[in-house]
Amino acid sequence: MPGIDIDRAWDLHPRVSVRPEPFGALLYHFGTRRLSFLKDRRLLDVVRNLRDAPTARDACARAGVPVSDLPRYGAALGALARSSMLVERTP
Amino acid sequence: MTAGTPAATRLADLFEYGLDAPICLTWELTYACNLSCDHCLSSSGRRDPRELSTAEAKAVIDELEAMQVFYVNIGGGEPTVRPDFWELLDYATAHHVGVKFSTNGVRITPEAARRLAANDYVDVQVSLDGATAEVNDALRGPGSYDTAARAMRHLADAGVRGFKLSVVCTRHNIPQLDAFKAIADEHGAQLRLTRLRPSGRGADVWDELHPAPGQQRELYDWLLAHGDRVLTGDSFFHLSAYGEALPGLNLCGAGRVVCLIDPVGDVYACPFAIHDEFLAGNVREPGGFTGVWRESELFRGLREPQTGGACAACGFHDSCKGGCMAAKFFTGLPLDGPDPECVQGHGEALLAGRSADRSGLPRPRADHSRRAAPPRRGPVPVKLTRRADLDRPPVSACEENPLAGLRLP
Repeated sequence: MPGIDIDRAWDLHPRVSVRPEPFGALLYHFGTRRLSFLKDRRLLDVVRNLRDAPTARDACARAGVPVSDLPRYGAALGALARSSMLVERTP
Repeated sequence: MTAGTPAATRLADLFEYGLDAPICLTWELTYACNLSCDHCLSSSGRRDPRELSTAEAKAVIDELEAMQVFYVNIGGGEPTVRPDFWELLDYATAHHVGVKFSTNGVRITPEAARRLAANDYVDVQVSLDGATAEVNDALRGPGSYDTAARAMRHLADAGVRGFKLSVVCTRHNIPQLDAFKAIADEHGAQLRLTRLRPSGRGADVWDELHPAPGQQRELYDWLLAHGDRVLTGDSFFHLSAYGEALPGLNLCGAGRVVCLIDPVGDVYACPFAIHDEFLAGNVREPGGFTGVWRESELFRGLREPQTGGACAACGFHDSCKGGCMAAKFFTGLPLDGPDPECVQGHGEALLAGRSADRSGLPRPRADHSRRAAPPRRGPVPVKLTRRADLDRPPVSACEENPLAGLRLP
């Protein structure tokens, strides 16, 4: 699964609502009416960090994602971007 | 549904143990309805005097906002006949609770349609159960096809894109699936097909109306061919036992990810189970809706791991999970056994074992059906006469004559 360019700045789509859950989080996109989910808390931290981080790579680092796990997290962010949950932003 | 995660757990597996708040819930705003559809799952018709007031309804919305419930499916009855319907709609969307509401179209005027077009957080579902007036009106009543058609025209004219054309699948309309799709396409709408449940008045007509076994296969193939362009509200997961899973969660969400709030504030495990057995509490209780969702013993029980019961040995149990709880309950089948419409045929033998007059089957808790005959209007004629056994007035307690009341033979 191709990931996103983690050296660019990303953010949640403004119409996405995030609800933390014990297993991670639920995401609902009010524009596409699609439900999605994050299956771990660290990914939730990454997604929340996106807004203030200059790059997705930085958002991962701030959430404590080990470098070896970056491809997995990049792929997860890629899936979110494909369903319009994430959008690229100008840093 | 998309999986934006590294781990490979199925979403449905996480949901089986329930969530702190429902993902969406059904909220029936009123039992009042201008129609009397034969298969109404809430037995609606007349308003209940105990229905939630505007203030109470807003308090429920406040709770849903605090719980981060993404959206509510509003229904009834016909929700738009509530005088405060538009006020509640605006209140919910202003408080970040999206609204999808079902209507037979009676109040979708051009003005209402324009109002809906302007609100991004509202979805409209127009109910139609026949692609022709003949099939539709036989079930939903005379004129109901035209009412729905007019509403769809108003919505399309106002620029409401992607509203839903909502169809309950019956024996009579399964042959019309392509025609429904064409009607939806013509209006820029999306088709939504749902399952006929033996709930409410639907219990009385289910035997004659539910799709025949061959039609189930036809429906399944049609759904597979159309993928997620046709919505199903996840209601056909029992068909997954044909092989390939249909799009959606394929899980009975009752009490785990969905529930029902009825017009008087009673909370049930699902919209198809208005019965004491599935009543979890009432939003008017001190803990409110939140308390019911999180603390009710019924819901906690539903979130326990379920055994497959008689189905555990079946190779398809993993895909259909035993089917729909409400469908089993109201057809009198054991809850841990097969769905009455089990595609492997396990339900048919059990259905055949029911008594011919269907006695002993559970009945819905509330019936708000309109009376068959309209209530009498005008004065009721009464003739005043004296009781036949009294030939004179009764004796007063103050009578002093010792012979008072004496009757000589």
